[in-house]
Amino acid sequence: MTDVVLDPTKRGYWTSDQDVRWCPGCGDYGILAAMQFFHAELAAEGSPVSKENTVFVSGIGCAARFPYYMDTYGMHTIHGRAPAIATGLATARPDLDVWVVGGDGDMLSIGGNHLIHALRRNVNLKILLFNNQIYGLTKGQYSPTSEVGKVTKSTPNGSIDNPFNTIGVAAGAGATFIARTHDLDRKHMIETFRRAHEHKGAAFIEIYQNCNVFNDGAYDAITKRAARDEMMINLVHGEPITFGADKQRGVVLDNGAARVADIADVGMDAIVVHDAHAPDPSLAFALGHLASDRQSPTAFGVFRAVDGPEYVEGVNNQLLAVNEAKGPGDLHTLLHSGATWDVA
Amino acid sequence: MTDTADRVEATPLDRVVIRFAGDSGDGMQLTGDRFTSASAIAGNDLATLPEFPAEIRAPQGTLAGVSAFQVHISDHDIHTPGDAPDVLVAMNPAALMSQLGRLVSGGTIILNTDAFDERNLEKCGYEADPRSNGTLDDYTVHEVPMTMLTVEATKDLDVKKRDAERSKNFFALGLISWMYSRPEDPTLDWIKEKFGKNQAVVDANTAAFKAGHAYGETTEMFANRYEVPAAPVGPGTYTNINGNTATSWGMIAAGQLAKLPVFLGSYPITPASDILHELSRHKNFGVRTFQAEDEIAAAGAALGAAFGGHLAYTTTSGPGVALKGETIGLATSMELPMVIIDVQRGGPSTGLPTKTEASDLFLALYGRHGESPLPVVAAYSPSNCFHMAIEASRLALKYRTPVILLTDGYLANGVEPWLLPDVDSLPDISVDFTTEHNGVDADGDPIFLPYLRDEHGSRPWAIPGTAGLEHRVGGLEKADKTGNVSYDPSNHSLMTDLRQAKIDGIADDIPLAEVEGSGDADTLIVGWGSTHGSISAAVEVLAEDGVAVDRLHVTHMAPLPKNLGEAMAGYEHIVVPELNKGQFVKVLRGEFLVDAKSIAKVEGLPFTGREIADGVHAVRGSSQGGVA
Ligand code: SF4
Repeated sequence: MTDVVLDPTKRGYWTSDQDVRWCPGCGDYGILAAMQFFHAELAAEGSPVSKENTVFVSGIGCAARFPYYMDTYGMHTIHGRAPAIATGLATARPDLDVWVVGGDGDMLSIGGNHLIHALRRNVNLKILLFNNQIYGLTKGQYSPTSEVGKVTKSTPNGSIDNPFNTIGVAAGAGATFIARTHDLDRKHMIETFRRAHEHKGAAFIEIYQNCNVFNDGAYDAITKRAARDEMMINLVHGEPITFGADKQRGVVLDNGAARVADIADVGMDAIVVHDAHAPDPSLAFALGHLASDRQSPTAFGVFRAVDGPEYVEGVNNQLLAVNEAKGPGDLHTLLHSGATWDVA
Repeated sequence: MTDTADRVEATPLDRVVIRFAGDSGDGMQLTGDRFTSASAIAGNDLATLPEFPAEIRAPQGTLAGVSAFQVHISDHDIHTPGDAPDVLVAMNPAALMSQLGRLVSGGTIILNTDAFDERNLEKCGYEADPRSNGTLDDYTVHEVPMTMLTVEATKDLDVKKRDAERSKNFFALGLISWMYSRPEDPTLDWIKEKFGKNQAVVDANTAAFKAGHAYGETTEMFANRYEVPAAPVGPGTYTNINGNTATSWGMIAAGQLAKLPVFLGSYPITPASDILHELSRHKNFGVRTFQAEDEIAAAGAALGAAFGGHLAYTTTSGPGVALKGETIGLATSMELPMVIIDVQRGGPSTGLPTKTEASDLFLALYGRHGESPLPVVAAYSPSNCFHMAIEASRLALKYRTPVILLTDGYLANGVEPWLLPDVDSLPDISVDFTTEHNGVDADGDPIFLPYLRDEHGSRPWAIPGTAGLEHRVGGLEKADKTGNVSYDPSNHSLMTDLRQAKIDGIADDIPLAEVEGSGDADTLIVGWGSTHGSISAAVEVLAEDGVAVDRLHVTHMAPLPKNLGEAMAGYEHIVVPELNKGQFVKVLRGEFLVDAKSIAKVEGLPFTGREIADGVHAVRGSSQGGVA
């Protein structure tokens, strides 16, 4: 390999020698590029990031091919189990940056249990959920985030089950960091990755990702450049939640439920000031439920970022405390710790 | 050894089997356990069989709520918890009804008569009082009002009557300790240590124990008192050990011997949970325990820790192994070390969670999708679990493979005296992480080949944090040497063969099968797992019957010892007793084309020596007289 990039501040340094196999035009390419650029940026800033201390862990699905394309350590595992496997790795090795990558089927259907438990334990994992609202790798069945009525090969008459609200799931699981970004905005993705990377504990990022083969344009009404001003609500901690070309609209709370209103109608004082640090996850939950379809103004950015005890640190603190109290374990002493008797 | 004058001279006995039975709230496990400990200190050889009800809180006084503990103590080397008990201590009618059939004819029964009221009789379905309708005519029965005597003994203490009644198991223990000349001090000391925080309980239990002891000594009821002298055993330090503790200590020892931190991913399941409990107590050995959200996550977390360079375990029972199957397959494909410990129980499904069985052999050998060979080892006694945990770890580390260790509920909870090994005599099982490039690319530049194999067929173990060796592992088929994703048909065939060859090659690295016996008998008993003790007993029973047999016990179930076929050659009869419907026997028939015959038992209990002996007679066409 003569073209090895030796400069960590360059994207190529973080790019493996494997051919990327996603469908041409897939949103995954943009996410991969953002992640590689993000690491190059970190290196340029002098952050102690390194290839050898970074691990990407994935399950199964299109998104789960991600680790093969990062020139770091990686595990491409089994369907749904990446959060559990990554939990073991992160618990064993607190010195590593562990990223988890999966799709909506992987992490919300077969692996839903592991996702919520990794979040509630607050394991130091950065979890990226590529939400394309479809099963891509198995060629187009509806997923747990597909809208009701979705016609797919497995739902020729339209799906009849309710989709998950991803932000609501994360908030319900007690996630300490919840964010949403999308595959068309590299800058926003990088900024979101950065915030997650800085967070101590489990960070959950939903990435709206276009599957141009089986669910093309699922987010067009929101994330296409022309739509963004009126459809994307950018959350900024400490600032009133407003949006629109002239910031003429905003978010108000009605009995705890968030809804969009014209500022001219409700007045600026009624507009919610975003508080990502609120100990109570209600606001994150409400903001996640702003849009129940993919045709309405939708919140992006960091919904929630709170400090909480991190799991791996807790594990290691217990180890240290017991070691201090009892002294390092001695095998001979252990074997003789029960009642013993001697035979001459 | 008692500190009071002995009214009755103790008659020496070579062995006795005692069964304590009562309601699950009566503390029978504890009573049995204490008697066992006192017997160990008296130098007896011993074996135990605890039997728990499946329900945690079955209705009081019912058959479903009966909890029993059998202990076999002896002045010579013994192998099983005993066939039929000689003595039954029954704390209530349900215990008597459910256990009576097991007692030897003419055996001794000690009853807590206070529990024999109409309600309790009714609860377990006795239409008439068995004490007075002839049911017990063939036995020596001692009726003792244990509850009343316990309350009496504690009346001057500051305990409520209800609490006092709860000490009645210590009364029973005191009485039996007197009958069998057990030393009192170990039990009294233990009571102090165990209940030290609660002086009222210490006082009540102590008073009950002493009252039971005194009752034996002073009442005319007990004409006989026995003593089982110490068994002659090799010199050294002994401790009583059960299989789950031995397994736990083996895992901790393996971490020390491998110089690696231990990681256990586990999900609570009977009868394996005690391993999780035990390891959680030893964090000062650098042991990390992770109680996962489910069995799959437990295995997954272990695999993640293995990728990170830890000695990784997951512990479970049969249903859990079924759930972990996909992860074990991934470990086989990633070729990472991890140990799966299956404490087998009665199945299928929830089956008999508290009862023993050895019916997961096929699951361990074959229970994964695709061609996914892995080593399987099986412990044969409670203390052997220690060594087999180390052995399973050794194989996993050296060959970068998941290994399944099979124990079972009988081993897990059964207790035996263990001659403690010298820590320095334990093997070094450490392996090296790969830290350097191991190949060159087309341009001659150094590269890392994660699937380049060493002389054992094992691939490098390069852990995150190692600069320059960044690589990706996964469940997709990998190209030979580079480990890159490959869908090439011939490569898949090659990799399948390489994975198999690696496991097969382990046969060169395990002990040969050894026939025990004269070597010229016409019958060979081939066993594996916890049947070891039962087969030893059967060999003795058969010798008494006039039939000499040889025996062979397999600990490495896959790959099998390479001389096993040879070792079985020349025997007219090969008999394979198993606590399943004949799984290993099918392996032997399939692998070696031998006409091995099965002796099968799936009653949730270990074999008695007699059961196996009778099975051997049936195969040989012989009888207790020894000839056909
Ligand atoms: S199927 Fe859809 S998600 Fe999968 S690679 Fe193709 S475009 Fe991307």
